[in-house]
Amino acid sequence: MGNAIELKGITKVFGEVVANNKVDLTVREGEILAILGENGSGKTTLMNMLSGIYYPDAGQIFVHGKEVSIRSPKDAFDLGIGMIHQHFKLVDVLTAAENIVLGLPGQGKLDRKAISAQIGEISGKYGFEIDPARKIYDMSVSEKQTVEIVKVLYRGADVLILDEPTAVLTPQETDKLFQILKTMAADGKSIIIITHKLHEVMSVSNRVAVLRKGEYIDTVNTPETNPQALTDMMVGHAVTLNIDRPEPRDPVDRLAVEALTCVNGEGVTVLKDVSFTARSGEILGIAGIAGSGQKELCEAIAGLQPVQQGHVYYTPAEEGKDREDLIGKDPMAIRDLGVSLAFVPEDRLGMGLVASMGMAGNMMLRSYRSGKSLLVDRRSPRELAEVVMKQLEVSAPDVTDTPVRRLSGGNVQKVLVGREIASAPTVLMAAYPVRGLDINSSYTIYRLLNEQKEKGVAVIYVGEDLDVLLELCDRILVLCGGQVSGVVEGRTATKEQVGLMMTQVRGKEGAK
Amino acid sequence: MDKVLNFLVAAVLAGTPLLFGTAGEVLTEKSGNLNLGVEGMMFMGGVAGLAGAYYYEQAVGTPIGWVAILIAVACAFLCGVLGALIYGFLTITLRANQNVTGLALTIFGTGFGNFFGEVMHNSVGSYVAVCDVTKNAFSAGIPVLSGLPVVGKLLFSYNVLVYLAIAVALGLAWFLGRTRKGLNLIAVGESPATADAAGINVTVYKYLSTCIGGGIAGLGGMYIVMVTCSGVWVHNCISGYGWLAVALVIFATWSPLRSIFCALVFGGLSVLRYYLPLGIPMQIYDILPYVVTVIVLVAISMRNKRESQPPASLGSAYFREER
Repeated sequence: MGNAIELKGITKVFGEVVANNKVDLTVREGEILAILGENGSGKTTLMNMLSGIYYPDAGQIFVHGKEVSIRSPKDAFDLGIGMIHQHFKLVDVLTAAENIVLGLPGQGKLDRKAISAQIGEISGKYGFEIDPARKIYDMSVSEKQTVEIVKVLYRGADVLILDEPTAVLTPQETDKLFQILKTMAADGKSIIIITHKLHEVMSVSNRVAVLRKGEYIDTVNTPETNPQALTDMMVGHAVTLNIDRPEPRDPVDRLAVEALTCVNGEGVTVLKDVSFTARSGEILGIAGIAGSGQKELCEAIAGLQPVQQGHVYYTPAEEGKDREDLIGKDPMAIRDLGVSLAFVPEDRLGMGLVASMGMAGNMMLRSYRSGKSLLVDRRSPRELAEVVMKQLEVSAPDVTDTPVRRLSGGNVQKVLVGREIASAPTVLMAAYPVRGLDINSSYTIYRLLNEQKEKGVAVIYVGEDLDVLLELCDRILVLCGGQVSGVVEGRTATKEQVGLMMTQVRGKEGAK
Repeated sequence: MDKVLNFLVAAVLAGTPLLFGTAGEVLTEKSGNLNLGVEGMMFMGGVAGLAGAYYYEQAVGTPIGWVAILIAVACAFLCGVLGALIYGFLTITLRANQNVTGLALTIFGTGFGNFFGEVMHNSVGSYVAVCDVTKNAFSAGIPVLSGLPVVGKLLFSYNVLVYLAIAVALGLAWFLGRTRKGLNLIAVGESPATADAAGINVTVYKYLSTCIGGGIAGLGGMYIVMVTCSGVWVHNCISGYGWLAVALVIFATWSPLRSIFCALVFGGLSVLRYYLPLGIPMQIYDILPYVVTVIVLVAISMRNKRESQPPASLGSAYFREER
């Protein structure tokens, strides 16, 4: 088997940030190569140069042994390179078929029937399920991904690049995707998969290339390595795999949610009769399959989601104050009480931060109301931004001028969580704070949450990764389809137990 | 019966410049460019069309009707393209703010039209008016067929520009719905990054659709000067028709087919006063199209169908390496 792609000395610089420094990489024909690296290690940038989005500042690219220059996505397609981006590049109002043929040459008139037939042929060959006439906006994330892959195959690509394809998929969908990838590799196609999930690397790839801070470290054969060795290569030094979990100190009930029921805009009941308590000085985890009501629960507590029934009682930390019902209060009043929500949505930037403003500006979003003078106080947010930048090791050129959307995902999340912590909350809700983060950044976030816990804050952590929930949280509330299926002790519960609860509500005990 | 017939005919005649403006702006907006300069481009097309026909007459002495029409159409189209090209260069290449640029184009085009209208006026020494041959050519219906009872009047009595406008709208509908290039254009307007990744040359599509759209809008201005004003330059003759066209694009929810209907409705509203005298002040009739525009805009924004939304990238410039 020859080499499908060969990169030699590829360098790309953005401003003063070196995204890729003299990277060498080889992709063989018919193999699945995993590119492993932390957030911001330059994986996506490197692949964007293969797919024509960026142009390298230095270095050579060889495709099937011939040196090429890829100046645009079209060049990449012509060379048989197709990339499936993390954020899908699909036109929502068009159908699957229209998206697939987009930009292709061919007879001027669009022959939808013939196109559908061709799509059916590709789908049959590799086992995709796809309805060519469906509009993209009607599709689930995994269906959209299927459209993306078929689109690339339709263009006759023999090198497929997938940028974190499993980030938005359920485990079942992931398994199905990997099966398809293996079928394609067996068919002679080369597949590059960008990821930072080690178990996926181990299960799907033939070889693993590791990047660290823009530098190429090494490529190893998957069967000859193990997760520990890969982690060492990826982070450069061994990461403590244990998350600290200090004992809760004299916990008192801070937040008591009673029989909360929410109906969303489409009339679907998203939360049904949810009751639990969150105590100061402990971390309450919330587990559940994606879309089980986690988001709505956090928003209901923060006052952002209309509630049909139920109460959220908040007991202030000061002595002698009575508990108050948060339902009916506006979000600003709830925040003033010290109930803070840091929500990281799927696209990481949608809620909480203004993408086009700098760190200091985003800090100011929380503080600009507090000043007494007519003019806003710009200095303290800037100082706060500098503190957050230093303490949380945010890597950004500066705190004022660089818009946060230019920062990498991990840094954006640090800014978001750092700001919520800085407001000295008494209840801190962190929803998916480590979504898409690498190991090191995740641990920084865990450490921050633990610090808050030790300060006596009632922390509510909504997470996806069961291992983390079980290691980090004192108690775990398990949601299933908007209902509580139970609360378990983080120290004694097993992964299997929680996993089972996520899929079914257990009789009376769960409903309480 | 006769009255209804006359009203319909008048509505079609009054709606045609709106249809040109709307169809041109639909094409422009489909590429993600919100060109608010329709009014300006109509002024530019109007004065250029008149100048073309007038100087052709002066040059040959005995003009031929259809040649005058062709020349006016070509001049108006090219001058509209020129206006759109200025807009395109500023917003596509230099990535200037589209709203500001469009407003500037309106002011510029209005000045351009009135200035050259006055220049022609001064150089002639009296009103600039085309001769009867040309004027009749611009208002003649289809021979023979227009003589049929009722149907002839309803369908075949219009001047050639009316049929051109409808052909343009139908052609656009076919282009957007049935061809690969049309699909590509929709993608450019919806998500330029997606289109770019699919190998579509975003810049070329934006330029072409903006310029051709501007040219079509220019024909609307020419129609007002040559047909509505009978080939005489009237100061400020476009008087808001361009703005109506911008609003009609939303009314028609970015569909060329629906813009035919919308233009007809608004054409009807603008001539209602002559056919439905209610004894109310003229000014009430004058504001009718604008009142309906406001109501329609409110109604449209309340309706939340995915297909009737504006192109997703409307109003924003595209830069590939933007993150």
